[in-house]
Amino acid sequence: MKDMLSKQAVGLKPSGIRKFFDIVSEMEDAISLGVGEPDFDTPWHIRDEGIYSLEKGRTFYTSNSGLTELRQEISNYIKRKQGVVYDPLHEVLITVGGSEAIDIGLRAVINPGDEVLIPQPSFVSYEPCAIMAGAVPVIIELKEENEFRLTAKELEDAITEKTKILILPFPNNPTGAIMERKDLEAIAEVIRKHDILVMSDEIYAELTYKDKHVSIVEMEGMRERTILINGFSKAYAMTGWRLGYACGPREILEQMTKLHQFAIMCAPTTSQYAAVEALRNGDDDVREMSMAYNQRRRYLMNAFREMKLTCFEPFGAFYVFPCIKEFGMTSEEFAERFLAEEKVAVVPGTAFGDCGEGYLRISYAYSMDNLKLAIGKLADFVTRLRQNGK
Amino acid sequence: MREELLKIIERNSRIDLKELAVILGVEEIAVVNELQALEEEGIICGYHTMIDWEKTSIEKVSALIEVRVTPQRGQGFDNIAERIYKYPEVTSVYLISGGYDLLVTLEGKSLKEISGFVSDKLSTLDSVLSTATHFILKKYKDHGTILTKKCEDTREKVSP
Repeated sequence: MKDMLSKQAVGLKPSGIRKFFDIVSEMEDAISLGVGEPDFDTPWHIRDEGIYSLEKGRTFYTSNSGLTELRQEISNYIKRKQGVVYDPLHEVLITVGGSEAIDIGLRAVINPGDEVLIPQPSFVSYEPCAIMAGAVPVIIELKEENEFRLTAKELEDAITEKTKILILPFPNNPTGAIMERKDLEAIAEVIRKHDILVMSDEIYAELTYKDKHVSIVEMEGMRERTILINGFSKAYAMTGWRLGYACGPREILEQMTKLHQFAIMCAPTTSQYAAVEALRNGDDDVREMSMAYNQRRRYLMNAFREMKLTCFEPFGAFYVFPCIKEFGMTSEEFAERFLAEEKVAVVPGTAFGDCGEGYLRISYAYSMDNLKLAIGKLADFVTRLRQNGK
Repeated sequence: MREELLKIIERNSRIDLKELAVILGVEEIAVVNELQALEEEGIICGYHTMIDWEKTSIEKVSALIEVRVTPQRGQGFDNIAERIYKYPEVTSVYLISGGYDLLVTLEGKSLKEISGFVSDKLSTLDSVLSTATHFILKKYKDHGTILTKKCEDTREKVSP
């Protein structure tokens, strides 16, 4: 058949992670620091609630937007954490992971030719989702000297007449960067001035190691122009349950709900019941996991200092983003050689945008024993590279 | 730092001081001082090792014994508890709310040794009214550690 495929789909670059995954999965005994999900099991009381819902026969569709009690709990949660109120009936939508919310959020607001501002390095989905929504992605390259935060100047410089929406991916995967209140205030001022929208992906909100997470929706005039995205994957170690949500102004959520309804129907019912339990009784679990991540983060930062590897101190998510420019190799070369010679997998920074060149994403969603083993190998590898004068 | 420190060494008392300082984000000397204070205050009572004796060739039998006693005037349960916990084969003694008073855990070489202890020593104590002995057949989890199986990392090796 001629023209069997969508040109737009064919035109999308395959994820840089996928390529690396294929190499790693062929190596049997490789240690990985390449995983973007928690190492903890979903806390048992949450799993138990999922099982219980199955036993009770809660195996039907929920309403398109999701269980009312879950939306109510989400609304309570955001009020408690951010001090911002969303109407659970019209301003909260349960989605299949944060990923779906990104996709339908963009499709709900984009008209052909609109520009979407995407700070990078960042999660791999924003750019393809923007393209498939008919937008023109405009990349803002974040800089290590700013601790990979988005500055008002960088934002201002990227805005044109066609700019529709800014994606704000903090706490950030892959850099671990966060945005503090002062950073967000500066951004919010530019956003208001140019009258554009924001999609704030706060999936790592519970994992910050400095002050409590601050959301852009707390800034003046931002709630009414922001699609807030969060989910259960990272905070409650529930990646496989595929459950996220979006909150935002009613007009936008109405359109998102329509897209969600036609494409998905509703998010998995079992997961929704489990999520209610997570929000009601999961605070201690989140605290425990966050404490463990923070210990590992400090361990890694110290290990990098000891091996004299440059790395800005990240305060969010569960990634560190060390700089490997001193070795005169590309990120991909470094990652491939490290894997071949030491059998440790890390993800090249370029998997998250071209400006990730010269960096590696190292995940600390691993046990301390595993981290020690892998970091020992990294120290050996780095020493060897330096001795060979390359 | 105190709570976090205790949580870490409750899981791993062999962790070295330098590492402890690094993951807590404090100086090593601060950790040393805090540990010393915790020991002096009797908050840290010991640094034991968890052993799954089942996996060795050494025979061990453990039992839980429910003990009902008559409390003594002015002493409550403390005197009788002390008389029981002084036996070295007794590994723990708890005062319990509910249907009985003391929960005693006991370790011995054989069923015979344990039943001998209960009939000769425990039951014959003046204030002991009755005992009920439960032998432990299998330990699934002890001190927060699952003994029956190792957990495997089943995640995909690389993911975004």
